[in-house]
Amino acid sequence: MSYMYIPSATKEFIFDLIASNKREFGRALNEYRDIKIEKNVIEHAEGSAQVTIGNTKVLAGVKITVGEPMHDKPNEGNLMTSAELLPMASSDYEMGPPSPNAIEVARVIDRGIRAAGIIDTAALFIEEGKVWDVFVDIYVLNYDGNLFDAGTIAATVALLSARMPKLEGEKVISEGIKDKLKTNGIITSCTFAKAAGKVFIDPDANEETFMDARITIANDGKELRAMQKGLRGSFTLQELNDAVSMSFEKHNGLKALMEKALGE
Amino acid sequence: MSGGGEKPELIINGKRLDGRGATDLRSLKIEPNVIKNAAGSAYVEWGNNKIIAAVHGPKEALPKHTSDPEKAVIKCRYMMAPFSSLEGHGRTGPNRRSIEISKVTKEVFENVVMLELFPGTEIDIYVEVLQGDGGTRAAGITAAAVAMALSGIPMTDVPYAVSAGKIGETVVLDLNMIEDNYSDADMPVAVKPLTNETLLLQMDGSFTKEQFKEAMEMILESGKKIHEIQAAAIKRPYQEIIERYER
Repeated sequence: MSYMYIPSATKEFIFDLIASNKREFGRALNEYRDIKIEKNVIEHAEGSAQVTIGNTKVLAGVKITVGEPMHDKPNEGNLMTSAELLPMASSDYEMGPPSPNAIEVARVIDRGIRAAGIIDTAALFIEEGKVWDVFVDIYVLNYDGNLFDAGTIAATVALLSARMPKLEGEKVISEGIKDKLKTNGIITSCTFAKAAGKVFIDPDANEETFMDARITIANDGKELRAMQKGLRGSFTLQELNDAVSMSFEKHNGLKALMEKALGE
Repeated sequence: MSGGGEKPELIINGKRLDGRGATDLRSLKIEPNVIKNAAGSAYVEWGNNKIIAAVHGPKEALPKHTSDPEKAVIKCRYMMAPFSSLEGHGRTGPNRRSIEISKVTKEVFENVVMLELFPGTEIDIYVEVLQGDGGTRAAGITAAAVAMALSGIPMTDVPYAVSAGKIGETVVLDLNMIEDNYSDADMPVAVKPLTNETLLLQMDGSFTKEQFKEAMEMILESGKKIHEIQAAAIKRPYQEIIERYER
């Protein structure tokens, strides 16, 4: 994920910890850092949420506008998810068009939300040639690892808290609307890294500099909905099965945090 | 200036739509050091504007041909988030407006940052507008000045910026989005408070000579308050350290 420079002494120290099933700050291999979720931070957006996992900070904003359907799906609205790794978020991020990393983050998050059926695109149909476009933009403000999970939480909470604008003639009315965007269910994702032969959850930026492999597993509590393996290294079947089980174990806790932020 | 349709009444009985008088600033809050990975950063809420400014560097200027062997170069990115406005979805990526604002912001800091201390390096200024409600370039410069000061990079002064404009024949300070859309003039100005020299000035619309003078006086008067809020934000992280050790 990152090509960040860290001193080799730090790297060795963290690597050795993991080799002996330990992590910095006394964290266990299957333990998340502190997760904080705040919704409605941007009033102009139909929905928004700021999420921090440790020092990773992401902001997701939802805009809903009138657009045209895709040619192959004339009776459905559109969901479009993008991610931007802001150059302020890390000394290694650069200005310019979205990097392959940013595109991967956005597409993995998009797949989870789409596959879980959180947005019913058929319900976004207005009339022939006219549908609602739902844009989810994920802004990475500060990078300290695990953008996949932070982004999934932010995007999901932003969508679940979004208001649904009204169409009056040609004009879109959004301000002060009480109606909610129609959503179904919830999705959580768990990202695991592998290094020193160990698999551990929620890697931070230091850990991501030397991980061999990474896997993100998204589920809705009942079924797996999206997965993405990354980097050069490999996972054994046992490691994959364990990670899948762990992702289901973590679902309820993550879901409870999201529901609390949503005020449900 | 770009508002279509019928012009709404923006000043009723001497009060503006949000209850302000002509010379009143919107509420302004600055929170220091919000981006851990930056050398310095600041989050500003100016009325309904929500903006993060962050400074990275000085670091090796890349690509190499952008570097200057005699001084640091400043690179600036001002960008509106796609979800920052009430209407529509802004496309990501630079446009002509954001490129121009990035350039004039950069020029403000080329004046006050002591560039000759860091030859061959670049200093990056990032201004991300998370929510925009008029006057974002001024708010961005005000926030970036705090971020630059907190980064520890030596400066000759901490600049601030604010806009003044005209509604009908009334000169007003600090226009919000609706006022800006239907105003008869808009003029963002950045100032070096030690000398009251102007570092940025853009204007469109119409001002008489007297109205221009009045607008500049308003800006310099409000600058005292803006600068006070900036100074408090810059001091806060250090005060917190002092308090921790005095306890």
